[in-house]
Amino acid sequence: MSKAQNNEAVTHRLLKKNRSSAKRNERTGKIIVFTSAAIIIAATIAITLFLGYKGLKTFFVFDIDIWNFLTSTTWDGTSESGAFSFIFGSFAVTFLAALFAAPIGIGSAIFMTEIAKKWGQKVLQPVIEILVGIPSVVYGLIGVTVIVPLIRNHIGGLGFSLLAGMIVVGVMILPTITSISADAIKAIPIDIKDAAYGLGATRWQTIYKVIIPAALPSLMTAIVFGMARAFGEALAIQMVIGNVKGLPDSITDQAATLTSIITLDMPHTTYGSVHNSLLWSLGLILLVMSYVFIIIIRVVSSRRKI
Amino acid sequence: MKTFKVFGLLFTLVLMIGVLAACGGSGENNEQAGGDSGESSGSIIVGGSSAMQPLIGAAAEQFMSENPEVQIEVQGGGSGTGLSEVASGNFDIGNADYFAESKDDIPADELVDHKVAVVGMTAAVHPEAGVDNLSKEDLKKVFTGEVKNWSEVGGNDQEITLVNRPDGSGTRATFNEFGLDGKTPAEGITEDSSNRVKQIVADTPGAIGYLAFSYFDDEGTVTPLSIDGVEPSDENVQTGEFPIWAYQHSYTKGEPEGLTKEFLDYMMSEDIQNNLVPAQGYIPATEMKVERDAEGNETDK
Amino acid sequence: MNRRITNKLATIVFVLCAAIMSITLVYLLGYILTSGLSYVDMDFLTSNSSSFQEGGGIKNQLWNSFYILVVTMIFSVPLGVLGGIYLAEYAKPGKLTNVIRTSVEVLSSLPSIVVGMFGLLVFVQYAGLGYSIIAGALALTVFNLPIIVRVTEDSLRAIPVKQKNASLALGITHWHTVKTVLVPAAFPGILTGVLLSAGRVFGEAAALLFTAGLSTRNLDFGTWDPFDSTSPLNPFRSAETLSVHIWKVNSQGIMPDLDAIANGSAAVLIIFVLIFNVTARVIGNMIFNKITGSK
Repeated sequence: MSKAQNNEAVTHRLLKKNRSSAKRNERTGKIIVFTSAAIIIAATIAITLFLGYKGLKTFFVFDIDIWNFLTSTTWDGTSESGAFSFIFGSFAVTFLAALFAAPIGIGSAIFMTEIAKKWGQKVLQPVIEILVGIPSVVYGLIGVTVIVPLIRNHIGGLGFSLLAGMIVVGVMILPTITSISADAIKAIPIDIKDAAYGLGATRWQTIYKVIIPAALPSLMTAIVFGMARAFGEALAIQMVIGNVKGLPDSITDQAATLTSIITLDMPHTTYGSVHNSLLWSLGLILLVMSYVFIIIIRVVSSRRKI
Repeated sequence: MKTFKVFGLLFTLVLMIGVLAACGGSGENNEQAGGDSGESSGSIIVGGSSAMQPLIGAAAEQFMSENPEVQIEVQGGGSGTGLSEVASGNFDIGNADYFAESKDDIPADELVDHKVAVVGMTAAVHPEAGVDNLSKEDLKKVFTGEVKNWSEVGGNDQEITLVNRPDGSGTRATFNEFGLDGKTPAEGITEDSSNRVKQIVADTPGAIGYLAFSYFDDEGTVTPLSIDGVEPSDENVQTGEFPIWAYQHSYTKGEPEGLTKEFLDYMMSEDIQNNLVPAQGYIPATEMKVERDAEGNETDK
Repeated sequence: MNRRITNKLATIVFVLCAAIMSITLVYLLGYILTSGLSYVDMDFLTSNSSSFQEGGGIKNQLWNSFYILVVTMIFSVPLGVLGGIYLAEYAKPGKLTNVIRTSVEVLSSLPSIVVGMFGLLVFVQYAGLGYSIIAGALALTVFNLPIIVRVTEDSLRAIPVKQKNASLALGITHWHTVKTVLVPAAFPGILTGVLLSAGRVFGEAAALLFTAGLSTRNLDFGTWDPFDSTSPLNPFRSAETLSVHIWKVNSQGIMPDLDAIANGSAAVLIIFVLIFNVTARVIGNMIFNKITGSK
């Protein structure tokens, strides 16, 4: 009897000890994961604050008129400089690239989900994954060695142009648009499609009348994701666009983007100079735009029906 | 569980390496500061102008092979970076292809200028433009966009395409100041690399850009322009007859000491000035018969 | 009749889209490899680069790429995995979780040049690290962190709930369950994601221009003391990576054989990126087969 009691006491003690150490363990675990999460938040806030601070200095310390900065097209590194040509250039490249990549990307996504699933899985899936992985400098290099001469010889102009930028960036965002679109189409319930086929619709009619409308918000999200990537791309564009500080007259004209000017001018400026500060303001525009893209994506995907 | 331990271990390891190396790094600096006894050892960081990087890099390599205890790290980063970093004390030597005085926010009076070489440059045109000489007035008209066709300045009927350098680049500043007498060129395609400029000029009929002398070769893919009838040659730069040239500056914060001084002396030595400097297409600073100050005033030496 | 023709036409258009994409890839790879591989030999891979002479190699750049990759992973994997665990296991729906999710989203959509500028300001200038491997790796961590967080969260969520509940029912604490049941189960998925992100980190250049610098020392592969200034392991030296080298050679290079060097480097870069990709795919497939039990 006493032995049993003793045993019970020991078990009890052991359990208690175990429980308290487990509790402590649990707390340590929580602290560790929470710290990591906090670091992620801190990094985001730090980036926003530092860029905001450096970028806004242009307007508050160097007293440059914001309106002039956003609308003027002269850029000479002095306080008269304006960024409009680069803002225009960035948007032009982004929209042109999306115009070029979105139809091909969504088309490929439909091919791999609706027309040839096996091919899609076996061939297109790896193709997309490898295309995503190709570094942007390599795209830029091919742009300079293949696309620029091609444009110069067959279309005219210098070759370095908005068009070259559009093609290079378009190819870069193609896999992004395709893979997100494909996921969206796959997520459409099969009953909807079956119902359409059951009504005697052809495949094209099903795609056009049922699949595309049902997946539309997600397809838009895919395009916006692609555009966000295009907007922020730096080196590949800088290598092919010609970096002319002015508004282009045509698509074969040279242009410049926010990113290409930062890349090109940054090494030549001294810290704390007006020129340097202006470049930080361009960086701030890029940051603000990536927030804008996130908001657009949220708004668009909140309209998702499926 | 295991993976966590591995990660934790690696993480700690890296932090430890970091802290230790930081201590090691500062120890090294102390050693260098105290090592003024004439022994060539320690390490310095040189950086700035990417155009000067090959020259300084090659000199540093030679210097290091003669003094194996020495580490000279030559970084690029651009002239602006070079001046900022040397002024803030992060670089021992800051290279720039323009005068520090030309930048308002650099404390130029704290920096000591060492002119290690001279570079001459001139306009480069596509051979089909049909010109090999321009008066300075015409050159200005071409670059400011007043003239749009080569036929207006005595060339073939060929449209003019400008090839520029980025704002703030030393090459651009020099060309604008001494080639265009301070006029701002019209907008044109902008490239940072001399090679790229040469290639574009060579590929585009009617294109004009500007290049250092060393980029012109015998093949004649691009034509170097004479200005007011003066040929772009090293001799003409040395005598001050050809106007477009610039110093390659190595700045130090205060008078150089120790290894920094030894290296700069080495840069100015006969061996480097007469062999390495011309081999890289520069004109030896020691051979110049004229001098120029930060305001651009030229005087006989 | 009309309907059938439209249908046929549409199908042709879709096939064309897919064909364009596949042909683009084949052309890209074919072009890079054919124009680059002829320059790649042992000498190219094992000699120092030259800033102005012909015949420079990429030994140091290649090493720097790997070293920065490893250091980046040492920073970003633990942080990212823990962050992912938080989101998958501990986060309760609410404002805080929302903030974290938004943070991850913001970080993942930042242009890499902006990350580079941030790195220049904070790591290179404020922290006084200079152009260095550490500064570059920290910048790349910012860039890589959101990817690892997402991969981890997705892999954890893909684990059947039963497996977790079984552990919890045994009276094992949540944290212990995470460590001993969930993370091991999610490990292959996390590994696949890490390998894919390694390919991206390996090829990244814009974020490194202003952080790891545009030059490299000629490394002495005989000294492995990380405090030695020519040691390959020294994390405080500036380190031009392979992708940065391609950009620099192409836009600032003055050596006569710059096309050859750029193409050769691009070929080497692509081969390594492909290796990362294929390994990730193979591992991914192995897991898929294991889970579905199919062969």
